[in-house]
Amino acid sequence: MATLTYAEAGKQALAEEMRRDPLVWAVGEDLGRGGVFGQYKGMVEEFGPLRISDAPISEAAILGSAVGAAMTGTRPVVEMRFADFALCAVDELINQAAKARYMFGGQTKVPLVVREPMGMWRSSAAQHSQSLEGWYTHIPGLVVVCPSTPADNKGLLKTAIRSDDPVVYFEHKNIWGLEGEVPDGDVTIPFGVARTAREGRDITIVSWSATVHAATKAAETLAGDGIEAEVIDLRTLWPWDREAVFASVAKTGRLIVAHEAVQVGGFGAEVAATVGEHCFKMLKAPVRRLGSPRVPIAYAPPLEDMLRITPDKIADAARALVKS
Amino acid sequence: MPATSVPRNLDVDRLLSHHRLMWRIRAFEEAALQANTEKLVLGAIHPSIGQEGIAVGVCSNLNRDDILSSTHRGHGHTLAKGADAGAMMRELLGREGGTSHGKGGSMHIADFTVGMLGANGVVAANIHITAGAAHAIKLRGENRVACSIFGDGAINRGPFLEGLNWAKVFELPALFVCEDNGFASTTRTAAMTGGPGPAARAEALGVPAVEVDGNDVLAVDEATREAVVAIRAGGGPRFIVAKTYRLTGHTASDPAAYRPKDEVDAAWRDDPIARLAQTLADAGVKGMTLAENERVAKDEMDGVYADAKAAPWPPLSRGYEDVQDAGDPRQGAF
Ligand SMILES: Cc1ncc(C[n+]2csc(CCOP(=O)(O)OP(=O)(O)O)c2C)c(N)n1
Ligand SMILES: [Mg+2]
Repeated sequence: MATLTYAEAGKQALAEEMRRDPLVWAVGEDLGRGGVFGQYKGMVEEFGPLRISDAPISEAAILGSAVGAAMTGTRPVVEMRFADFALCAVDELINQAAKARYMFGGQTKVPLVVREPMGMWRSSAAQHSQSLEGWYTHIPGLVVVCPSTPADNKGLLKTAIRSDDPVVYFEHKNIWGLEGEVPDGDVTIPFGVARTAREGRDITIVSWSATVHAATKAAETLAGDGIEAEVIDLRTLWPWDREAVFASVAKTGRLIVAHEAVQVGGFGAEVAATVGEHCFKMLKAPVRRLGSPRVPIAYAPPLEDMLRITPDKIADAARALVKS
Repeated sequence: MPATSVPRNLDVDRLLSHHRLMWRIRAFEEAALQANTEKLVLGAIHPSIGQEGIAVGVCSNLNRDDILSSTHRGHGHTLAKGADAGAMMRELLGREGGTSHGKGGSMHIADFTVGMLGANGVVAANIHITAGAAHAIKLRGENRVACSIFGDGAINRGPFLEGLNWAKVFELPALFVCEDNGFASTTRTAAMTGGPGPAARAEALGVPAVEVDGNDVLAVDEATREAVVAIRAGGGPRFIVAKTYRLTGHTASDPAAYRPKDEVDAAWRDDPIARLAQTLADAGVKGMTLAENERVAKDEMDGVYADAKAAPWPPLSRGYEDVQDAGDPRQGAF
């Protein structure tokens, strides 16, 4: 075990995979100087500029060429810099990467990882703050990963790189510096297995990415009020661990799904609907979703903060559900 | 009838092989049109009749392990790269035994066993895919070439700029071929294209470009040969613009009423197959031999069509296959 930040854990995962497999390579803008968040720092020195490759500001070409490179026997890891900029490469991801295996009748697979730094940090406004993970869960062919801890960022990135599916890999910008214990060496985490961040018997809070930390803080506050909340970190949204959620709801009878993305049409709706379909008789209260209002993200801190899913908001919602 | 250009060392066997392959493409397209008339082709098809010289001239310079990616108008390219005509026709008819088990149709025909990374339903998308294949070839230190054939309409989409620039800055072994048939769907491409055209755009990105008469299969063959030699020698990407004309509508159901009859008649007098036949006749090849090439190709494609008609639909289990490894695609199924 070592204490690493979330960013360092991702770097360690990529470096280990690149040492293990010479066909793994990374490409994106400014990677040669460590990437805009330092998550590639020092890597070009070890692996050289062919495998830690700079790219022109051509998101569509970064992703589109990765599709061709993945179909030609390499395993590209592409850096989109901000999840918002990946929207310049939607055709390449949705129409090409996600579809090739199926529409070519299984003749090829597209083993690529798209790293998309997501979410709000501070005053980055409408085009540098979005959480769009829910969109990608809608697309057959894609895997969607949203790690919340350094250990998960290492284990899941390793699994993503070894996966033969195209993986959309969302790292949250607000927790790049978050420290945590990370297992040494070759430890991978499978897709579709949730992590119970905290156990409890009164209410289940399902979350992922940075919002998991708001949920665990809320759970600590609630414990002071005698409410024991169980916090489930989904870690991957496709595939997602329905069984873990069902089992927790069977125990607690109450569910909140909390995420930073806009609530309308978010992945929380999928979780809520699935629990409604499968666990109706176990529920003691209506399922509650907590997500951002359907408003672009503002620059001024008070307006930005208004949109955040905070521990207080989660705790308030939990108290109301337990009372009802 | 104008002939083709005549190379210095006329290799009659190579020309005859071009002639046979051009007829195979034409006969495949005619069989596909017949299938369309009989309502057995289920989706849109885009015939390449009149453009066979480009498919044959380009692909005859590619090895089996070289990469090709194509467009919606991809039957000719795919055949010329060596794909199985029977599997292709079954795919057009949506049948089991098609190249994609009937899951892709005409616009998603691919044959990875011959390095054919697919037709594509999105104009210009194959430019990036080829740039990436070339990138992989370079990373792996192989001496292969990746080629992309696309239309003149594709040069107005972003991938033309981004993909050619990409291939140039990484000095990739990529060949880009623009089939300039003057039209993008029902619109004359020139009316929607600023500046002096595709070659100038490629040159501006540092990619050496040549223009050839795409209906002169020997000119395409020669231009491609030179480009591929330069690419294999590590010279980076090359660009070829091949002028041609599509002799049918944009799709099998497009009567192409937007083109004057005399323009189309003139184009038929420039038919690339007839031009090659003229060159071969001038070189002393007997008319009988040329007629035989045509007959053999038509017989083959008649057989291919009959076989495809007899093939079954894919079983429903195919519908859930090859989605992805992770997760269960049947989740939430009926
Ligand atoms: C991105 C995109 N836009 C529009 C279309 C619809 N479309 C299909 S083929 C075509 C014309 C393409 O013209 P060109 O590239 O010159 O190829 P050609 O059909 O002449 O072979 C269009 C507009 C498409 N398939 N993809
Ligand atoms: Mg055209």
